[in-house]
Amino acid sequence: MKYVDEFRDPQLARNLLAGIWERSTRPVQFMEFCGGHTHAIFRYGLRQVLPPTVRLRSGPGCPVCVTANGDLDRAIALARLPGVILTTFGDMLKVPGSHGSLQTARAEGADVRMVYSTLDALQMAREHPDRAVIFLGVGFETTAPTVAAAILQAEAEGLDNFTVLSLHKLTPPATRAILDAGEVNLSGIIGPGHVTTLIGSRAWEFLPQEYGVGCAVAGFEPLDILRAVAALVEMAEDGRPTVVNAYSRSVRPEGNRAALEVMERVFEVGEADWRGLGRVPVSGLTLRPEYARFDAALAFPVQPGPTREHKSCRCGDVLRGTIEPPDCPLFRRVCTPAHPIGPCMVSAEGACAAWYQYGE
Amino acid sequence: MSHELVQRLFLRYFDNPILARLDDAAVVGVSGVEFQVSGLPGPKPETRNPKLAFTTDSYVVSPIFFPGGDIGKLAVCGTVNDLAMSGATPLYLSAGFILEEGLPLEELERVVASMAAAAEAASVHIVAGDTKVVDRGKADKLFINTAGVGVVPAGVELGSDRAQPGDVIILSGTIGDHGMTIMSQREGLRFSSPLQSDCAPLHSLVAAMLDTLTPLPLGEGKGVRALHCLRDPTRGGLATTLNEVAIKSGVGIEIDEKAIPVRQAVRAACELLGLDPLYVANEGKLVAFAAPEAADALLAAMHAHEHGREAAIIGRVTAEHTGRVVLRTPLGARRILDMLVSEQLPRIC
Amino acid sequence: MCLGIPARVLEVDRSGLLAMGTVDFGGVTREVCLAYVPEAQVDDYVIVHAGFAISLLDEEEARASLDLLREVGLLEEESGVPLPAPASP
Repeated sequence: MKYVDEFRDPQLARNLLAGIWERSTRPVQFMEFCGGHTHAIFRYGLRQVLPPTVRLRSGPGCPVCVTANGDLDRAIALARLPGVILTTFGDMLKVPGSHGSLQTARAEGADVRMVYSTLDALQMAREHPDRAVIFLGVGFETTAPTVAAAILQAEAEGLDNFTVLSLHKLTPPATRAILDAGEVNLSGIIGPGHVTTLIGSRAWEFLPQEYGVGCAVAGFEPLDILRAVAALVEMAEDGRPTVVNAYSRSVRPEGNRAALEVMERVFEVGEADWRGLGRVPVSGLTLRPEYARFDAALAFPVQPGPTREHKSCRCGDVLRGTIEPPDCPLFRRVCTPAHPIGPCMVSAEGACAAWYQYGE
Repeated sequence: MSHELVQRLFLRYFDNPILARLDDAAVVGVSGVEFQVSGLPGPKPETRNPKLAFTTDSYVVSPIFFPGGDIGKLAVCGTVNDLAMSGATPLYLSAGFILEEGLPLEELERVVASMAAAAEAASVHIVAGDTKVVDRGKADKLFINTAGVGVVPAGVELGSDRAQPGDVIILSGTIGDHGMTIMSQREGLRFSSPLQSDCAPLHSLVAAMLDTLTPLPLGEGKGVRALHCLRDPTRGGLATTLNEVAIKSGVGIEIDEKAIPVRQAVRAACELLGLDPLYVANEGKLVAFAAPEAADALLAAMHAHEHGREAAIIGRVTAEHTGRVVLRTPLGARRILDMLVSEQLPRIC
Repeated sequence: MCLGIPARVLEVDRSGLLAMGTVDFGGVTREVCLAYVPEAQVDDYVIVHAGFAISLLDEEEARASLDLLREVGLLEEESGVPLPAPASP
């Protein structure tokens, strides 16, 4: 497939690896911020072919994993309301809230449906005018503009049975929160390729400038990730952190202005609860007052009750990169894909699922 | 939907003298063969008589019609294939229907006609049937439960616990065709593609494989012993089946990812939805574990068969890392290929 | 973080509020929104995420990246750096 197979070429990968092996002398730790990178790194077995001096830690880059229990409980409570069709990406279906998940709610009779796109949710609203279709809006700057567009479309069509529960979050604030916490010393961050396709590589310049941490924005094919690692090794060896765009076929310095304008028109920035990071200021997106009638949190005020967290679940620490999944006491013994305790084990992008699935 | 109406429908499509009697049980003769049902107490003389293979399965696929097949064809092929994986020649099937009130009769007729055609293609007879109608909403249009009986030729000993270190692992064709075809029809995910379910009966493919082994120089009629295990990787996909064999046989399995045939449209659909083809269901494929000296003969026989054109050796059985399946990625790295635990869902992240 | 797949644009319809179009993911086609790639035309390649094209793929950049990697390969062969043997698990 074009733009895929060429970036999986084993020979070019070996070239890159040879360069990394030769150039890397000092032990370094890079965080792959994005769950998509965590998944690709395990799927292609990249950890095994990188030199021992290069250590990769997974970060909070999976919208499923960072969703706070309270927000998930609210979504489950909405799904149980009579007449509601709760539409969601497949990612959120199995995530455990305080009491069960959207999947268990569905088994108990709630109408929970999986969609590939917000536009599919919009279509369901058109086809079921008598039902209240709520879209569970998770995702970062890549996904939020797609939800914003769906809301503008609903407004234009006068659809009054489509609302969104916005749990959208912004990535730079989360990166700051991790670095400010100073719990894990990082010499570099593998930048999320598709978020950066939206916000632009310039958005990461604060990393070298304010934190002395290099950033290499990467795509999701093996060559893309290895190129980013090679660039970060280069920076670490020379002691010159900077921002490198290793996904230039899709990422531009200014990002995607058309998408960001629509996102900013429909959403405003506020504080948000992140699992593992707690309340992070200026890191969440809520619907602006002009679009309040599309806000499911206002349209359906539900009280999901106190949240309950499994006391020894350490997904929060895994998300901050302070521990690796095997360091969690529940990992593999109690917490498994069949009986996930925390979201990092549920989501195919979560670090724990990747470690369990693709092995040590 | 009256009882007589449905009965007349069955008799018209599954017309064979046994069913026509509409007795409570079909009494079927297996000409001149004395049964020795293995695994049960009782006298076990070393008889050369074949063993009886018996299986059951339920089919709840939705939608009930899809490109390349329907719930009826799936029910017959699935049952035939379960029997074929034990080396048996499938002979007789039963089919129990649970119909949702309001299911249009034409849809039931299409399913029953398709079952009859599939039964004929697999040269089996549907000799017992039952129908129950449930209230609207209590079933998703139509569920089918089947049972199947077949006879295992003498000398054939297949099982998930019989794979041995050194065995080659042969896959009969491309993976993921059925699962992704069904996925493409689901509300909220719809995409269009040339994908078709690979739903097909594999009894004749297995027969061809056994026939090609018989004359192998392993002693009188012992050639078939070179074939240790046959499995059809349905729910949970190839990865789950390989893990089951690794665990039951107490062996390790090494697979070369590049060697696994995957259709271009299946690869594209899996990339789109974030799924791994190794975990997607197949309905017309088998994976064989055989002694290395039988590999060439088996491959040739499979390539000569319509359901084995793209057969390929995808890996080996080893004595190391028993109970584990290890995949060699195109980059030469090795990673563990685990069993599918819960249904693989499309994802955006 | 966000699954994005390259696809070739087959049709473009910019008549509605949201520009839409059909794209081919390499054997699988689907209707997606093209509002965020205003300059995309038929036969262009875009990255699609959750039913929306989020960028117009830059063919020169892609070719430049691959050429760069091939040059790196030549350097390695000349400098005789041992290629890493993949570690077993």
